[in-house]
Amino acid sequence: MNRQFEKTAEMVLFLPALLSVILTLAIFVFMLVFGLPLMKGGRFFELITGSWSPGHGMYGIQPMIMGTMAIASLSVFFAFPLSMGCASLISVLAPRGFSTFLRHTVRLMTGVPTVIYGFVGIFLLVPIIRELFQNGSGFCILSASLMLALLISPTMILVFMESFDRVPKSYLDAADALGGTPVQKLVYVIIPQARQGIWMGVILSMGRSLGDTLIALMLAGNAIATPGSVLDSVRTLTAHIALVIASDYESLEFKSVFACGLILYGFNALIIVMLRYVESKGTQ
Amino acid sequence: MNRLWETLIKAFSWACGIILLGAISCIIGYLFMKGAGVIRLDLIFGDTPPLDAILLKRQVLDGLFPAMAGTFFLVCFSVFTALPLGLAAGIYMSEYAGGSIRRVFSFSFDILAGIPSIVIGLFGFSIAVFLHRHFSDRIFPCLLISGLSLAFLVLPYIIRTTQLSLETLPARTRLTALALGATRFQNIRYVLVPQSLSGILSGVVLAVGRCAEDTAVIMLTGAVAMAGVPQSLLSSYEALPFYIYYISSQYTNPHELATGYGASIILLGICTFLFLAAFMIQKGLARRALYYP
Repeated sequence: MNRQFEKTAEMVLFLPALLSVILTLAIFVFMLVFGLPLMKGGRFFELITGSWSPGHGMYGIQPMIMGTMAIASLSVFFAFPLSMGCASLISVLAPRGFSTFLRHTVRLMTGVPTVIYGFVGIFLLVPIIRELFQNGSGFCILSASLMLALLISPTMILVFMESFDRVPKSYLDAADALGGTPVQKLVYVIIPQARQGIWMGVILSMGRSLGDTLIALMLAGNAIATPGSVLDSVRTLTAHIALVIASDYESLEFKSVFACGLILYGFNALIIVMLRYVESKGTQ
Repeated sequence: MNRLWETLIKAFSWACGIILLGAISCIIGYLFMKGAGVIRLDLIFGDTPPLDAILLKRQVLDGLFPAMAGTFFLVCFSVFTALPLGLAAGIYMSEYAGGSIRRVFSFSFDILAGIPSIVIGLFGFSIAVFLHRHFSDRIFPCLLISGLSLAFLVLPYIIRTTQLSLETLPARTRLTALALGATRFQNIRYVLVPQSLSGILSGVVLAVGRCAEDTAVIMLTGAVAMAGVPQSLLSSYEALPFYIYYISSQYTNPHELATGYGASIILLGICTFLFLAAFMIQKGLARRALYYP
């Protein structure tokens, strides 16, 4: 009877796990099934490379893919040096008190709601960008990626920091014994040792910025056009989903959001595979 | 490396720290500068007496109370849905799963955790469409659909924190009961779960915060600008983060905008509070309070 109970318990715990796996697959299948009418007859390629012009029956989401890429890569480009600097400051360079303070602030920043970054961005950052560049409305790639950089930095800093702190103490002692200054220790010992963690932090935050909706939706202006400069207004895949869903859901235009969903799902899977790859490299 | 480089690197790091601190204090400072003036009781309750509003005797028309109530119901519903599933799956992953099942499952949980929230929202929306077509005309995007979608969103977090806090228990704790003849499940029930309670609980609190702040999911699955306090699971509802988003693009007068700032401060307060609570719990305060009365 006891054995029977043990078996049942394992089963009861197994089912929710299985259910969660099925959920992961179901999301993919739903996107595929709902988006199918637009992709039939090998038109998937056309869909992701074509331009957007519903009047002519063209529902290509290439401009949105470009917009997403532009905002995500620019935000990582801004956030990376900032995060490297902050992580170095916290792990090595700052005096203990300030380091603890910064560490807690960064942790707390991960809890700030995205919509607040967007809200303040509209009324604080966008006017500044508009005045500074005297070009358009201020709702552009630059505004969105600056705000997004601030959003992803805490995650990046935390990952960097943890990988800096994992460097074996004996290595640091060796550097100290050779008379190395803190900066030398950082540049020649800690950063090379923490390469894996740095890669993981960058990939992880890339994933976050590809998937973020609110900042791009509120700050990037949402114009459907292939971006030419950082001051252009673009629409990301995520913002496209949020905006089109307001229209009626029988049209072909509407079906394009599922293609966006699929692409985002694909990006995410790619990010996870890359993270796994980097992780396995490090343990070998 | 010469002196100059060293000074430059140091200066760069300090500049980064100052930029980060400066940026975040600008954001929060700006919020308070604009919104501190409206933080009064009538921001939440409008002209309605607070007690009547809380007891649902009277509708609040020009306050944040319906949005706060909506967020509250939403969070409760989704966390209570996700919690049993997440706990069970987390325990299974840590204590039972092995070999290829473990690899496949943990890969799929990683994917689930990374799916952008807007895609989860789209999934919830298509479920609503599917149910509407095939089961009942009465189903539209609503509190129920949003709650479920948010539960999907936080499920992987709960699985992961549960799994992680069980896996990081020291071998001594893990083996003692087994050595005394306890079965695997008894060991989990009486030793492992109670011992990792603080880790699990702080994960749950973070999940609550995630539910409270997420906007992308609910804007696709039934949050609206004006709905009053939700009457049933199948009605549309207001929510605090959606209200902030809505005000940012649709405000018509300075008073509404000021309400938006007020709402932001309240949401920030709620999230910060939850975050600090999770932190305290992790520090072990809760284990003492909950498990050793």
